[in-house]
Amino acid sequence: MRAALFVTCLVDAVVPQIAKATVRVLERVGVTVEVPWAQTCCGQMHVNTGYPREAVPLVRNHVAAFEGYEAVVVPSGSCAAAIRHQHADVARLAGDPALAETAAAVARKTWELSEFLVDVLGVTDVGAYFPHRVTWHPTCHSLRLLRVGQRPLQLLRAVEGIDLVELPDAGQCCGFGGTFALKNPAVSSAMLADKIASVRRTGASYAAAGDASCLLHIGGGLSRLDTGIGTRHLAEILAVTRSGV
Amino acid sequence: MTFLGMPGAPRGVGQLRQREPFPQAAASALGDRQLRRNLGHATSTIRVKRAAAVAEVADWEQLRVAGAAIKDEVLAHLDRYLVQLEAQVVARGGTVHWADDANQANQIVTDLVRATGQAEVVKVKSMATQEIGLNEALAAAGITATETDLAELIVQLGHDTPSHILVPAIHRNRSQIRDIFLKEMPDAPPGLTDEPAELTAAARAHLRRKFLAAQVAISGANFAIAETGTLAVVESEGNGRMCLTLPRTLITVMGIEKIIPAWRDLEVFLQLLPRSSTAERMNPYTSMWSGAAEGQDFHLVLLDNGRTATLADPAGRAALRCIRCSACLNVCPVYERSGGHAYGSVYPGPIGAVLSPQLTGVADNPDLPFASTLCGACYDVCPVAIDIPAMLVHLRSRVVDDKRARHHGPIPDTPEAAAMRALAWAMSDQSRWAWALRASRAGRLLGRRRGRIRHLPGPLAAWTVSRDLPRPPAQTFRDWWLTQPRASQRAAASPGLCLSPRTHPRGDEGETREGGASKAARRRAREEN
Repeated sequence: MRAALFVTCLVDAVVPQIAKATVRVLERVGVTVEVPWAQTCCGQMHVNTGYPREAVPLVRNHVAAFEGYEAVVVPSGSCAAAIRHQHADVARLAGDPALAETAAAVARKTWELSEFLVDVLGVTDVGAYFPHRVTWHPTCHSLRLLRVGQRPLQLLRAVEGIDLVELPDAGQCCGFGGTFALKNPAVSSAMLADKIASVRRTGASYAAAGDASCLLHIGGGLSRLDTGIGTRHLAEILAVTRSGV
Repeated sequence: MTFLGMPGAPRGVGQLRQREPFPQAAASALGDRQLRRNLGHATSTIRVKRAAAVAEVADWEQLRVAGAAIKDEVLAHLDRYLVQLEAQVVARGGTVHWADDANQANQIVTDLVRATGQAEVVKVKSMATQEIGLNEALAAAGITATETDLAELIVQLGHDTPSHILVPAIHRNRSQIRDIFLKEMPDAPPGLTDEPAELTAAARAHLRRKFLAAQVAISGANFAIAETGTLAVVESEGNGRMCLTLPRTLITVMGIEKIIPAWRDLEVFLQLLPRSSTAERMNPYTSMWSGAAEGQDFHLVLLDNGRTATLADPAGRAALRCIRCSACLNVCPVYERSGGHAYGSVYPGPIGAVLSPQLTGVADNPDLPFASTLCGACYDVCPVAIDIPAMLVHLRSRVVDDKRARHHGPIPDTPEAAAMRALAWAMSDQSRWAWALRASRAGRLLGRRRGRIRHLPGPLAAWTVSRDLPRPPAQTFRDWWLTQPRASQRAAASPGLCLSPRTHPRGDEGETREGGASKAARRRAREEN
């Protein structure tokens, strides 16, 4: 099967190892990965900050970049949710029903990584090896907009050597919230403090999630407090095998 | 789109507006340890109980859909239902008054109380009368209103404002309540302790005297049945029933969106409301009356106060489905940490963040739509399925548009809007985006020593108050994809790796990994020359 990788702007610029890991996992399970070169950003930040008109050229660009592919994989629940729940609306707001239709078509074949592996490929064991204690933060948009449910945990449970421990109050938001983290830094930091306390209670070496944005926030807090706890994206855990990365 | 045609809730009366910016108000609240302990304990307890109470109902999701559909039907035909309700109430001996806004409603109620010659009234817990500041208006006219809901009484005696829709004194603990009673309740027993049973008994004795003496009561309404003109109040303490039945005159102030079409619709809401609100299968007291019962003098005041303006916005009107259960407050991580007062309005939490700015107009509550991480927990628990996150996003654009329309300054747009535009420009084309990524490499000057950035400049300093940022990578994903060594082999082995030409109209970059690698090689060669 062939799939186009939507890298996402944040991963491309700040945490490229997540996209590299996604490529490795997908190729290991037999997917031919393509990287549409015209891709940039899904525009979620613009929409969610109150600038849907400014997001129109981003949606247009995204739709043009991906409409020619049979499947699109995103290592981000939040960006997948923006594509699925916002793109067509943004196009309609811009008075462009044709774009709205194409955006909806692209959205229908866009999958968050765990959805793609479990639902499209029917794979839960990707042959990974990660001999560490890991706790899983489900991230709000994967949990409540995509409803990915147990899919990431199914994938993680199949990882050889992993010690997967439940995160207390896992469904509570970590406090990132896009520009919320900058507009309401005090509340955002208070939410982060509680999330970090939950992570520490598990004794995990790694806090894992399916969104680079939440991981930058949680990881930034873990780093600031010198907790010694790392963060890993789902793809980064699935990418490691007994013979290395 | 503008919404200037419809008047909102007027300024200078009632309690719907933020008094200081939400981020600052929330930051002060975070410093209140008592508040955080109370809220953390109360909200986490009620969250668990609500989830259990809801899980008992097999058709909960269908009930939510039904609740939303009934409310939407009413909102779509509010003109008809309001007139029907009025006709039914009048036919049963009641008097109906129409109030455009808080000032009119306060005037109507004040005049009605004055006409009775009474200087004291008892009140049933009512969000609508809190919204319009009725107690203050009555006080200005020399009329004393006594709140009879225990928590509202605590708030009133403490010269305080409610911080939760259902549990208005959630920010107080029992020793604070004892102190308030001793100081403000003349008939409180002198040796009062902070035992809940003692506190309740003291309030009960105090209120009993008020009930038996009261000639006039003021209430809100949870539901109004258009079919029969029946009003319903749902409560836990029985104080409501005392107020509704004992006094000679009953005045009910009700938002115009509280209507349901028929009796049979009540079945849906009497399941949805108690389980969502107090996590009870059924609330202890449900009082219903149709017009002037048993010789009472009954007045119904129908309040608009920005509701018609809210109705005019197709993307915002679903906020009027709200039945004030407060489930969204209890699950909201932002509410749990900032408390109700930070929102400035009697409607705090997620529903307040969409309702308050709609009732007042977004210019008067510009921070509230941004007081959310859009985590979606509120939408999941809402018994009438209000998509609060989507509505918050919509209202954010209304706030932005309003600020841009009013902006005057050296640059033609607000600084945030200018930054957003610039970013959108850079991100709407891959060659500009690639250039921006290369420019962002300058960030590698930061965080060289420990691989992490501890202080960022300007507006980004808000990030580094509590979070490090990793040093930007030496190589973006794009660059890796172009240069990684296995690329040429795989490209040769699998023609499928070639990218479709129309996805990168600008030519040579990224035709295949091989092509990309060659380009990087050419670039290196150029640099060497």
